[in-house]
Parts: sequence; structure tokens; C-alpha cells
Amino acid sequence: MKETYVARSSAIAARMLGGEMMIMSAMDSTFFTLNEVATVIWQAADGQTPLAEIVEKKVCPEFEVDSEVARRDAEQFVTELSQHGILLVSDHPIDDPRKGKTVSS
Amino acid sequence: MSLLVEMNEKAQRLGVPLSVHIDVTYRCNERCSHCYLDHDDKGEMTTDEIRNVLDQLAEAGVFFLTFSGGEVFMRRDFLDLVKYARGLLFNVKVKTNGAMIREREAHRLRELGVEQVQISVYSYRPEIHDAITKLPGSLKRTVAAIRFLKSQGLKVTMSNVLMTVNRYDQEGTQALARELGVDYTLDPTVTPKLDGDTSVLALRVNEESLDELFSNPDLVGNVDEYCAPPVAPDEDVMEGVSCSAGHTLCYISPYGDVFPCVQFPLPTGSVRRQKFIDIWRHSPQMQQVRSIRIKDLTVCSSCAHAGSCSRCPGLAYMEGSMLGPSSTDCEKSFHRTGIPTANMLRKGQAAAVGLLVQIQPVA
Repeated sequence: MKETYVARSSAIAARMLGGEMMIMSAMDSTFFTLNEVATVIWQAADGQTPLAEIVEKKVCPEFEVDSEVARRDAEQFVTELSQHGILLVSDHPIDDPRKGKTVSS
Repeated sequence: MSLLVEMNEKAQRLGVPLSVHIDVTYRCNERCSHCYLDHDDKGEMTTDEIRNVLDQLAEAGVFFLTFSGGEVFMRRDFLDLVKYARGLLFNVKVKTNGAMIREREAHRLRELGVEQVQISVYSYRPEIHDAITKLPGSLKRTVAAIRFLKSQGLKVTMSNVLMTVNRYDQEGTQALARELGVDYTLDPTVTPKLDGDTSVLALRVNEESLDELFSNPDLVGNVDEYCAPPVAPDEDVMEGVSCSAGHTLCYISPYGDVFPCVQFPLPTGSVRRQKFIDIWRHSPQMQQVRSIRIKDLTVCSSCAHAGSCSRCPGLAYMEGSMLGPSSTDCEKSFHRTGIPTANMLRKGQAAAVGLLVQIQPVA
């Protein structure tokens, strides 16, 4: 099975506010807030760690969720954010966050 | 409620400065007639000092960061400062006259992920715009900058200040914005200079111009809605605040002085002597601003417009009291709705709108 790598785009603004991560895309000014689970995935999206590993090592132990459910939710979340250019997705590790590709719907 | 409004309310509850406006210089290559600044450099913060301030702002939770001036590109390190700010993941907006922006600068701003660039344009005619800026050729350069920025895909807003001298160019200037494919904002507010000089107020447009402005659907959208009589203020309004100054927003001058807002010259501390967060949380002046509710205002608490007025506490402060009315906002509320404000009634200033009709019984 192919691995999925995710990296935070360099074209976003982000800040924690009272436990919620606020994110705004410089590309289309879309404004998001992420819940705690999504924040963990976003923070771990270094372009080098496979998404499955992030879910397994960061999300499941911290939030005590079923790994299958967590993986499905993570994939959905990653797809949504990549459509706004906030996360970059690749089947190879991403060294430069400007060079990943966004997923089109 | 939009997500942004929700976040702003959350920031206010938590005491987080969500937005900071920082002027990196007061120097400018233009000398606009209405400008409130003294353009001499009186000891701007260095690159390292500003970087340090940016670190502190990120730590304090600031999300929206506006770089302005003066003219920001008068600082040779400006793009380095933007790069540093973007590295700290601020949402960066740049206010500029654009005269020093060429393809290279536009490309770099895009590359750095600047969210928006706001450019001042006062007329579509060079003879008017250049006369206001006192820089020959400035309109041509500014329009070229807008084209460079647009070609890079940047979001650009053209910002116009309506004054006596450009009053009749408004429509043409708005048409220029449409032609360039950029957003357009218009503000009829001219403020006193920071040193207290009020001579620039002579540039304010007259009452007829305000009436025309407020009944122009191209500017205000739905005129009936915009000009609707004020709704009687309820308890929520009375417990509310005038604006976000000092609540979720503040201003930092090129010299490191911190104020509740760029339009509110109440000194609250200096980042050259104190930590930003200490000024934000503990400055007595900032706390005073933060403590004021609509119900505390000396005149405005009894005004019919209390719930819908754009009352600026900074302008009120410049007029004499941060608890008092801001006459320029009283005028706007009056000309928008035709209903006199409490301040105008107090001063006996409310002029009749249109002809007075006396109803006579049918003979």
C-alpha cells in the first residue's frame, strides 16, 4: 500500500487560540479552525512522517480512538485541507513545503 | 455568526491581542495633504528590535499583523521583516502607496505569502492624485504597482480617502479599481495630526457630500438597510464596547510605543522598556480603555444611535475624552439616517433634513 505524506503549506497563517488552531490560507483567504485531533495531525505534518504513522503514534494514543476510524477521519481531513492549499500531499516525502501538490476535488 | 467574528469574541474573552498594526517607519516618499504623521525619523526600531517584537507578538497570540507606515518600503529591511513575520505564521497585510513596488517586490510579497496589500489611491486623475501626494508621477507608479501585484495573484485593495479636493473624482476612482480588478474602500474620515494640529480637518468633505455618499448603492450596498433609523439600544448594546481597540487590537509605532489603536494616541507603554505582554495585560491605560462599556459613555449612552454608531474612542479621546462623543461619527450617524445624535441635540446642532411640512386641517 502506498504511503501518504503530508506537509504544512508555507502559504498559510496559523495560531493557537484557546486550544483551537486558527488557520488562514493566503491563497484564497479561507479561514479554518481545527479541533484538537486535527491540530495534532497538522502539527505533525512535517512532510517526512507518513500519515498512517502520525495517526498511529500521535492521534490514537492521545485520544483513545479506534485506529481504523482515526485513519478514515484523518484522510478526509487531509483531503479537505489540501483542497485549500493548507496541507500538501504526496506519495513521497516532501522536503520543500512549496513543492508538494494539492489534491483537486 | 461568521467564524472570524466568533474567534474575535473568543480572543476578547481570553484577553488575546488578535490583531496588531505596526508602523515600521514614519518616513515617506509622499507628502499627502491629509496625513497625520510627522515624517522625520526620531529613532526607529532596528531590524533586531522589530524581530524581537514580532517574536513577542506571536507568543502573545497575535494572528493578524498589519505592516504600515509612513511608507514601508522606505525601510531597506522591509521584505526581511515580512519574511521573519511569515516565518512566525502571522497573517500579514501590507499598507503601502506602492510607488516603490516593481515586479521583484511584488513577486517577493507573493512568495512570502502576504495575504493582502492595501494601496492608497486618491483619484484616477494624475493631476489630483499627485497634487495630494505631492509626488509627481505617483499615480502612474502606484497603478503600475497594482498591476504587478495583481499579476502575481495577490489580493489588492485600493483605499481612497474622500476629501474636499478629490470629492468629484470618487466615481472615476472606483471605476479605476474595477478596471484593475481590485477591491475598493472609501473613507471620508480625516483625523487631526498626531501632534494635535487640526488644520488638516479643513479637508473634510461637507454634509452634502456625506449625504450623497451614504445614498450611493455602489458604496454602501442596500441603501434602505444602511440608512435605516437606529434600533433602540438594548441591555446587550449597553454592556458592549465601541470597537476592538485595546480589546483584541493594538498599535505599535516605529519607536516602540504601544497604543490601543493607530487612531487612538493614548500611550500605554514602550516595547523598548517593557515586554509587550506586560503592556497589553497590565498597562493602566490599556485597562482603562478595556473597562469602558457603552453604558459608561457620558453622552453616547443616551443616544438613539448607541447600537449602530461607528463611534471611534480614539477620535473621542482626541476631542477631549475617551468617554465622550466623537463628533465626526455623530455627523456620519446623522447623515446616514437623518436622526440627530444625542451630542448634536445637546449642542443644538441638528439641522432639519429636507423641507419641514406642517400639516393643516382641511378647511
